[in-house]
Amino acid sequence: MTTDLGNGAAPGAPETRKLDRVVIRFAGDSGDGMQLTGDRFTSEAAAFGNDLATQPNFPAEIRAPQGTLPGVSSFQLHFADYDILTPGDRPDVLVAMNPAALKANIKDLPKGGILIVNTDEFSKRNLTKVGYAANPLEDDSLADFQVHEVAMATITIGALEETGLGKKDAERAKNMFALGLLSWMYHRPTEGTERFLREKFAKKPDIAEANVLAFRAGYYYGETTESFAVTYEVAPAKLNTGTYRQITGNTALAYGLVAAGQQARLPIVLGTYPITPASDILHELSRHKNFGITTLQAEDEIAGIGAALGASYGGALGVTSTSGPGVALKSETIGLAVMTELPLLIIDVQRGGPSTGLPTKTEQADLLQAMFGRNGESPVPIVAPQSPSDCFDAAMDAVRIALTYRTPVLLLSDGAIANGSEPWLIPDVDELPDLSVEFATEPNATDGSGEFWPYVRDPETLARPWAIPGTPGLQHRIGGLEKAENTGNISYEPENHDRMVRLRQAKVEGIEVPDVVVDDPTGDAKVLVVGWGSSYGPIGAAARRVRKLGLPVAHVHLRHLNPFPKNLGDVLSRYDKVIAPEMNLGQLALLLRAKYLVDVQSYTKVQGLPFKAEELQDVLAEVIKGVGA
Amino acid sequence: MTAIDLGLPALGGLDGVPTTDEPQKAKDYKSDQEVRWCPGCGDYIVLNAVQSFLPTLGLKRENIVFVSGIGCSSRFPYYMNTYGMHSIHGRAPAIATGLAVARPDLSVWVVTGDGDALSIGGNHLIHTLRRNVNLKILLFNNRIYGLTKGQYSPTSETGKITKSTPVGSLDHPFNPVSLALGAEASFVGRALDSDKKGLTEVLRQAAEHRGSALVEIYQNCPIFNDGAFDVLKDADDAKRRIINLEHGKPITFGLEAEYGVVKSGFAGLEIAKVSEVGMENVVVHDATLEDPSYAFALSRLSAQDLSHTVTGVFRNVKRTTYDDAARDQVEQAKAAKKADLRALLHGKDTWTVLGD
Repeated sequence: MTTDLGNGAAPGAPETRKLDRVVIRFAGDSGDGMQLTGDRFTSEAAAFGNDLATQPNFPAEIRAPQGTLPGVSSFQLHFADYDILTPGDRPDVLVAMNPAALKANIKDLPKGGILIVNTDEFSKRNLTKVGYAANPLEDDSLADFQVHEVAMATITIGALEETGLGKKDAERAKNMFALGLLSWMYHRPTEGTERFLREKFAKKPDIAEANVLAFRAGYYYGETTESFAVTYEVAPAKLNTGTYRQITGNTALAYGLVAAGQQARLPIVLGTYPITPASDILHELSRHKNFGITTLQAEDEIAGIGAALGASYGGALGVTSTSGPGVALKSETIGLAVMTELPLLIIDVQRGGPSTGLPTKTEQADLLQAMFGRNGESPVPIVAPQSPSDCFDAAMDAVRIALTYRTPVLLLSDGAIANGSEPWLIPDVDELPDLSVEFATEPNATDGSGEFWPYVRDPETLARPWAIPGTPGLQHRIGGLEKAENTGNISYEPENHDRMVRLRQAKVEGIEVPDVVVDDPTGDAKVLVVGWGSSYGPIGAAARRVRKLGLPVAHVHLRHLNPFPKNLGDVLSRYDKVIAPEMNLGQLALLLRAKYLVDVQSYTKVQGLPFKAEELQDVLAEVIKGVGA
Repeated sequence: MTAIDLGLPALGGLDGVPTTDEPQKAKDYKSDQEVRWCPGCGDYIVLNAVQSFLPTLGLKRENIVFVSGIGCSSRFPYYMNTYGMHSIHGRAPAIATGLAVARPDLSVWVVTGDGDALSIGGNHLIHTLRRNVNLKILLFNNRIYGLTKGQYSPTSETGKITKSTPVGSLDHPFNPVSLALGAEASFVGRALDSDKKGLTEVLRQAAEHRGSALVEIYQNCPIFNDGAFDVLKDADDAKRRIINLEHGKPITFGLEAEYGVVKSGFAGLEIAKVSEVGMENVVVHDATLEDPSYAFALSRLSAQDLSHTVTGVFRNVKRTTYDDAARDQVEQAKAAKKADLRALLHGKDTWTVLGD
């Protein structure tokens, strides 16, 4: 296919406007292929060199009743000619494949926004299904928007007439028509998508061809109809030099584990049970057995972590992946890992709770569960990635802590970064940290008995030796009962328990984590915004916006929630006001207040969706003005 | 979805576990920890039997691991001078599965009780048996909760008067052998704590079996359920009640071996007088039958009132083990594709930003 992607527009061709950023939202029925459409547009933007961030939003039901509001699935992507931090607050362009998609999303489209509607689905029946008394395309309810009415299904079926494909199959390619149209509007490269379609449907060449034809039909439709007066260009972004790829959080996390296994020279055993939104980590790792990775889909969450702990006991890197409800089930085994002081990684891809909650929506409300959700004094280090690509580094860091300190570690991702994607500056494999460990091989008793004592500690890290079965002369028994210091024998002695509780706590508190870096370009901010996890994007974007308004603000983002970085208390005490936006009811704020006696102000929201930069901008501006910047 | 035939070669239960020529004694397997079961507990006899038996395997002691759950029997690992983990209530099979998958050079034993294995850990037990992980599972059945001081268990007889059931328990008991066979366990045996010879023979066959081997051991709790198996312990009573299985031999019992097991009805078995049915109609025990219904029928020969009790090895069939298959998949993947981290991280679609 030859398409004119350059500026050499023919006379009479639509005007081309240059933009620095665009947010597009594709919305349709769950069965309409909106996630695939969004993914493809993302790949096109990535290939073109834009910076980008994406946010899928789909229902928990695999196929909710067709054409209904609960069945609406959408995919938003933000691409720009500069480095961006979020998938965008509101779409500039909304593609609505049916009345339900229109109704569910139109409130987010700002005045003057572009609305592209598939008119074929606007039947009386479909309108009634979602509560439209009148057809919104026919009254003036959409007068605020630039509406483009396109009979996508009809045109797609027409374009595929000669392929001999049945009407139903042909109609299903209408998402590729939409993609083609948008690709034309935004001057996107198209070869990648055609190649992708041919590969994806390699076993069904007629379907592949139909999708390519539909895609081209959309492209040509834009070019020929003259109903679009303007097309848009977004130039490539100036990113740091290096090689990039697009990556989702779950994939980056899985890669981080693969890399950690390689850098530690340990086999990995993933014991897990499928759960949204963490299952993709299992899917990804199960494809990389050649890296010495065993994936064990257990009978339940408890067996998943049990197998992981058993593997760690045997000298492998045990990992379990889950979401909040799974962590609840695993908590007893996490306690056993605390007691037996074995390395173990527990990945919690958080979702809306409590209970089953909002399985496909995001939330950061498992922080206190991670921190305290076990019986007894049971300290566990907590690491949280801040963006999709950051999941790679966070996973490696969590493994470092687990191996160095012989402890379970909780890695708190969430639905937003798990499924969201962004460009990733691929690290140089030769520069990844060495995570290698040494197993115990010699008796170590300090009383000259020549015995092996499993609970003698490294004076620096307080870690106990990792003595794996099969090592001659080091036979020993461990378990959930309290251990005597050093010998590891069962002990009910009061002073020993008190000492061991404090030792386990001291070990976690002594974990080396980097100091927080304060982002305060002018250096005169009186307000500090502190966040953790996936809210990095919206908080960072909001901070940029208020600074542009002349309101200085400092931003600190926490990767390590337990232990906190050593300089954190000092940093918090330097500001007149500290505000912590969180997608929970103030869990980080509670911890900071308790530990540092700082009057942290919370801004909280639990709607299953990430913060918008716009709303945080208003929040920050108000606080900053309040302290008289 | 398609299924692939895994087609792995059959191995022995201990293949891959390093052996030693140095002679071992029972005392080599005794740890320095004081054994703290109640006086007269059947667990002592089982511990003693296991410690006497293990030296005969000639394995390196450091390559033997005992993993247990919670309960009286689950203290077992502390008393063994091997590697061991005393884990969480009901979860030992799950933990042992991870260990067995990670380490083909270990002989992994699970010690559990009727509460641990069949109540809180029932799910892990059946799935472990279904997968056929190479684990030896010793299920100490005393038909009572001992460590929590005397509540009825999932193998207690209906109507049991205990602290938690002062007017009688309502639950119908599990038959652990039937349960294991229902999960298609590849090896199922039963023995009495008091019968060291019989127990050792079942342990030996379990150790040599590659795959999950469930051994139910009737074990007396002298404190909360004393004498539960006494009717099987008098020499004459034992002959009348115990139907001991020996592979390849006709199944007979009784003071003069006057009773035998014969086929009955639809895939069933029943007890008959040999003199009435003729020796030629007595079933010859075959533990290797693929179809588990035969072994299941054996397990149903009597109610759990101990009027009759079947002991020995019910079933011993070869089936690919989960851990062998899991390791094979990893090895095949390694052989098929180099572990190239750089290539993985780069994937198919990259773009490069050049410096100014």
